[in-house]
Amino acid sequence: MTGHVLMMIVAGLVAGPLLGGLIAGFDRILTARFQSRIGPPLLQPFYDVIKLFGKEKQVVNVWQAFCANAYLTAASISLVLFFLRSDLLLILFIQAVGAVFLVVGAFSSTSPYSQAGAHRELLQILCYEPLLIFIAVGIYLHTGSFKIEAVYALKQPLLLKLPFLFLVLNFVLTIKLRKSPFDLSTSHHAHQELVKGLLTDYSGPILALTEIAHWYETVLVLGFCSLFWTTNPLGAILLVGITYFVEIWIDNVSARMNWRWMLGYGWAMGITLSLVNLVWLYVR
Amino acid sequence: MFEKILTKARMLSPWVLHFDCGSCNGCDIEVLACLTPVYDLERFGIINTGNPMHADIFLVTGTVNHRNKQVLRNLYDQIPEPKVVVALGACGLTGGVFREAYNVVGGVDKVIPVDVYVPGCPAKPEAIIDGVVLGLEKFRQKASAMHS
Repeated sequence: MTGHVLMMIVAGLVAGPLLGGLIAGFDRILTARFQSRIGPPLLQPFYDVIKLFGKEKQVVNVWQAFCANAYLTAASISLVLFFLRSDLLLILFIQAVGAVFLVVGAFSSTSPYSQAGAHRELLQILCYEPLLIFIAVGIYLHTGSFKIEAVYALKQPLLLKLPFLFLVLNFVLTIKLRKSPFDLSTSHHAHQELVKGLLTDYSGPILALTEIAHWYETVLVLGFCSLFWTTNPLGAILLVGITYFVEIWIDNVSARMNWRWMLGYGWAMGITLSLVNLVWLYVR
Repeated sequence: MFEKILTKARMLSPWVLHFDCGSCNGCDIEVLACLTPVYDLERFGIINTGNPMHADIFLVTGTVNHRNKQVLRNLYDQIPEPKVVVALGACGLTGGVFREAYNVVGGVDKVIPVDVYVPGCPAKPEAIIDGVVLGLEKFRQKASAMHS
């Protein structure tokens, strides 16, 4: 048993950066193809991060360096817990702590871009956190437990029971992956109206830490996605693949919206769909 | 071994900061043309960042004047080491047709050290890409000098 736990911890720690980086590279190629460009090599995100580790360390603020480390720690712990099939609520809260540390780090610098980006990131967290909790509640209502273990014990895919909550998860995914129309605080595209928003004052090795943490988070949210089809691995891979493809497609066809639109639309649509699904689960 | 990987990663991921130092926008349009599907700079891992703190290569177009020389200096200082400066176009090199004007300091190298000069009025996208690639070689030398 202990051997299995140790193996899962190592798997979680390694899978985050490895899978996350590959997904990011695939994402950049696909995005380039959508724009009829060739795009960078698949391993480009790894080159970027290695290069950033080799840059001169310019720390604007000691707190910012601390916050970047805390963000990475929280993101990796939440992914390891996911691999251990632990408690969903615990994973969500640890992930939220990490996200808030990233914001605090941005707030600790005086750059107006960083400040505005941090404000927007807080609004994004405000938008998606309740929706994530709703998804956890839906899983609880169906399986009778918050443990991921219980989801894997199901005989039928979760998607058939929680179709609306899956849509809500896609909404959260778009925010979490920093894709248009919700890449308000910072985006993967080099330029935006806030320069690099939240990440403006993170630089060199510290920026590399936040990038790796983002990979952990990407794998975590895609992991949540895979929970909706646990009965066979092929189904899970297919579901995650299609979802991610649609995310990149949405990123390329939509413009960036403002935070009022995000919060209004996100809560109105997200909470309504969640409640409909939850009531249906409860009444049935 | 690690040194080798780092050098390779550096050469494959140059992030560019583009600063218009009072150019007529001719060179700037050519710089942006490099990002379009025709030239697709991202093939080489090149990203046009808007942030000096994330940049490796500093692309400067246009003449330097007394008002913006501080801005130029400031941006240069904010880029973390190792870094390379590429001056673009006739104005960036010497001040071009504006060199005699009373408010003009001259080329970019009057204020910050320049590593690569790309001539042209405006510089062609091919020449700009060539200049950046030449800059990468300088970048490698600077990086290895930094470690030794």
